[in-house]
Amino acid sequence: MDQAMAISTAAVRSARHSGSGWLTVASVIAFVVVLPIGGLLLEAAKGSADLWGHLLSTTLPVALVDTIILLAGVGLVTAALGTTTAWLVTAYEFPGRRMLEWALLLPLAVPTYIIAYTYLDILHPIGSVQGAIRWLLGYDSPRQFRLPDTRSMIGCILLLGFVLYPYVYIPTRAMFLTQCGNLIDAARTLGISRRAVFWRVALPLARPAVAVGISLALMETLNDIGAAEFLGVRTLTVSVYTTWITRSDLPGAAQLALALLLIVVALVALERWARRKQHYATDARRSRGLTVQRVSRPKGMLLFLAGLMPVLLGFGAPAFYLTAEAWKRYQFAGLSSRIIDEAFNTIILAALATIATIVFGLVVAYATRVRPGAKSAMLLRVSSMGYAAPGTVIAIGVLIVLDGFDGFINRTATAWFGFSTGLIFIGSGIAVVYALTVRFLAISAGGIEAGLLRIPGSLDHAASSLGRSQTATFLHVHLPLSKAAISAAALLVFVDCVKELPATLLLRPLNIETFATHLYGEAARGTYEEASIAALAIVAISILPVILLSRVGRARSSIPR
Amino acid sequence: MNPRTILTSTFLATSLLTIPSLAAAAKINVYTTREPALIAPLLEAFTASTGTKVNTVFLKDGLAERVASEGESSPADILMAVDAGNLVDLVDKGLTQPIDSTVLNAAVPEQLRDAQGNWFGLSMRARVLYVAKDLDLASFNYEDLADPKWKGKVCIRSGQHPYNTALFADYIAHHGAEETETWLAGVKDNLARKAAGGDRDGAKDILGGICDIAIANSYYVGLMRSGKGGEDQAKWSEAIKVVLPTFKDGGTQVNISGAAVAKHSPNKAEAVKLLEYLVSDEAQKIYAEANYEYPVKPGAAADPIIASFGELKIDNKSLLEIVSLRKQASELVDKVGFDN
Repeated sequence: MDQAMAISTAAVRSARHSGSGWLTVASVIAFVVVLPIGGLLLEAAKGSADLWGHLLSTTLPVALVDTIILLAGVGLVTAALGTTTAWLVTAYEFPGRRMLEWALLLPLAVPTYIIAYTYLDILHPIGSVQGAIRWLLGYDSPRQFRLPDTRSMIGCILLLGFVLYPYVYIPTRAMFLTQCGNLIDAARTLGISRRAVFWRVALPLARPAVAVGISLALMETLNDIGAAEFLGVRTLTVSVYTTWITRSDLPGAAQLALALLLIVVALVALERWARRKQHYATDARRSRGLTVQRVSRPKGMLLFLAGLMPVLLGFGAPAFYLTAEAWKRYQFAGLSSRIIDEAFNTIILAALATIATIVFGLVVAYATRVRPGAKSAMLLRVSSMGYAAPGTVIAIGVLIVLDGFDGFINRTATAWFGFSTGLIFIGSGIAVVYALTVRFLAISAGGIEAGLLRIPGSLDHAASSLGRSQTATFLHVHLPLSKAAISAAALLVFVDCVKELPATLLLRPLNIETFATHLYGEAARGTYEEASIAALAIVAISILPVILLSRVGRARSSIPR
Repeated sequence: MNPRTILTSTFLATSLLTIPSLAAAAKINVYTTREPALIAPLLEAFTASTGTKVNTVFLKDGLAERVASEGESSPADILMAVDAGNLVDLVDKGLTQPIDSTVLNAAVPEQLRDAQGNWFGLSMRARVLYVAKDLDLASFNYEDLADPKWKGKVCIRSGQHPYNTALFADYIAHHGAEETETWLAGVKDNLARKAAGGDRDGAKDILGGICDIAIANSYYVGLMRSGKGGEDQAKWSEAIKVVLPTFKDGGTQVNISGAAVAKHSPNKAEAVKLLEYLVSDEAQKIYAEANYEYPVKPGAAADPIIASFGELKIDNKSLLEIVSLRKQASELVDKVGFDN
């Protein structure tokens, strides 16, 4: 017994020791990620004389209220859609359930700016929907009858909600599948109804997953400029933009962006504080999914239709519309030869950024496992900060930082070797990859951390008792066991990179267009119809990873029994 | 994939991405906030006649920031921008250099270029009125937009959009800030819907019965009416007619697209040649025909669709004055809550 204790203590000590390497690398990564934000601080410090007084007395209060309403609305819609659909496909067995499991992810393939513009067109008074309604009601001109304008707060909330709910659906469903089974079954044994189980057991248990999902959806909301611009919603992000572009006040925009960042950090801290006393420990070996309930045929049909609704609204309608528009465009103007180059650029940039993001995320998340504590937790949070800042703002920060690097390398090369290196980082693909990594590290680090949390600590102890080094434990125990979480994070990051616009737009090399930048170029001058092919391509490229994502989730718990 | 394969392929792919930016140094490089499709025909024609290859990067926002960050090593030769304000910003940030070219000075009227030769206007667009076809309206003053008889009938894009802040700045130049604020509040009261979307939505929304009049740029009508944008847009443009509004004591508000030679341009001689080409009769014709913009060169003809709006009487306030009032205009937009 004593001997066993001694071995165990030694193992823990050696784990601690080797864990410090992970912590060091994680610190370096966190530093690299936080650099652009530091760059913004420098810019903000340049000062902006009269900005705040003006903003406080004019737009800021409105923008603040609108942002809060938008966030609350999108939070509610994504939470409601994400949790109910996740419950639907895990708790009940009905025809079409398997298809819904992956189909519910499809709206992820539709960027917010695309959903906004497709619905503006579909629901326009001269569009087919209102045309059909007028025909049914016997009116013949939109001047006699038309629906309220889509350009509104409520329109924005619903449209964003319908494409962002998968961020909640994914982690919540994973939670239902792997964590809640035994407790739910216990509740069922105690005679609690299926519905009550959802409200009283499953939902409270899934709360961390729901919270993570909502926070991702809200960050995406804060990042959006396109949809807000189309729908006329004045958010703080739009204010940052206006300050920079219309008033040529970059320091002011940087100050606003940092203030926005503070709000986000406060929100995340608040959420963590709210569940500080909750611990979710389940014994992994006995944890399993809940038993699905078979339902009658008519009820099954109803459930299927209910589950299909968000898919149709968030993916079906826009994809159908884009296909029709792209087809019209193709017949009208043919297919541009640029499309192959754009596909190549889009995929390469997204793939490189995904690899960097996953490797970095893995290190940061793993550091929290081998060296749990305030320091590694802080590193994880710091590394995730980029997700909260608008893409354009990150891009400006990246410019400021790389400018410094390029200048340094150039000076050194000139002084030592007598030749100029020119610009190595800025205007090469590296700048884009860097910005995308900073933006999306939160997704990979967060997702992988959640995956690691599901691996019981007893396995670490077993491995170190058997004399395995920390690195060996990582390679042979944790890496294989968190494969599902890593793949899911990689797919999600890839899709996000394909959709990302502002940072790619600002930092890409000469002559390089991606689908998103091409789409924006057309949209910027109002020629949406010419952009329909690029828009369809973005959606199409994202579909495969999205479907793969659902397969990753289906592989239940990969914990050995 | 083992870590080494990932590392190697990352390195290879990164080098691939880096090559274009390094190899581009020998050519002429254009950084532009103009949408690629608008300038592509011009640049292709230039390459065809001179053999000089033109690389472009389309940067909607952040052109100045990027060039500034690139500093002395910047590969940029020419900076192209829409809106006089953006060009003046480039000069203020020290990113341009003065060019003394007799060709440019002869082709571009004085009020459409920088006095020191830092930038040159290349084409013009007017901020015009789209009117529902059946509406009896032949002339219009910008001042009338605030007339309560248009309550619930006016469509316009975001008041913070540079096209609109330039118009509002012009209003300040004519009437002063106080009157402009009252006028803006009046226009806001007349809006049929949120100030959002793009200029073409004005025509579409007139067809959709949402509004009767809309403020938008002149060249969109050419793009729509010519059928280049497809059948749907042709239909929108059939629902409207165009009136060239004027200020009561002035003319129609115009803005320019223009270009400057970058301060650290590695291929300055070629860059000047491209600018000179852009004001040639051939290029000015392309601006007029492909983009439906007004040519800057005196005597060059506008496209027939654009010419059909009637004679353009350019407003008497200088572009520089309008640019200097832009910030004030943007603040007034906030003050009256134009976009809320």
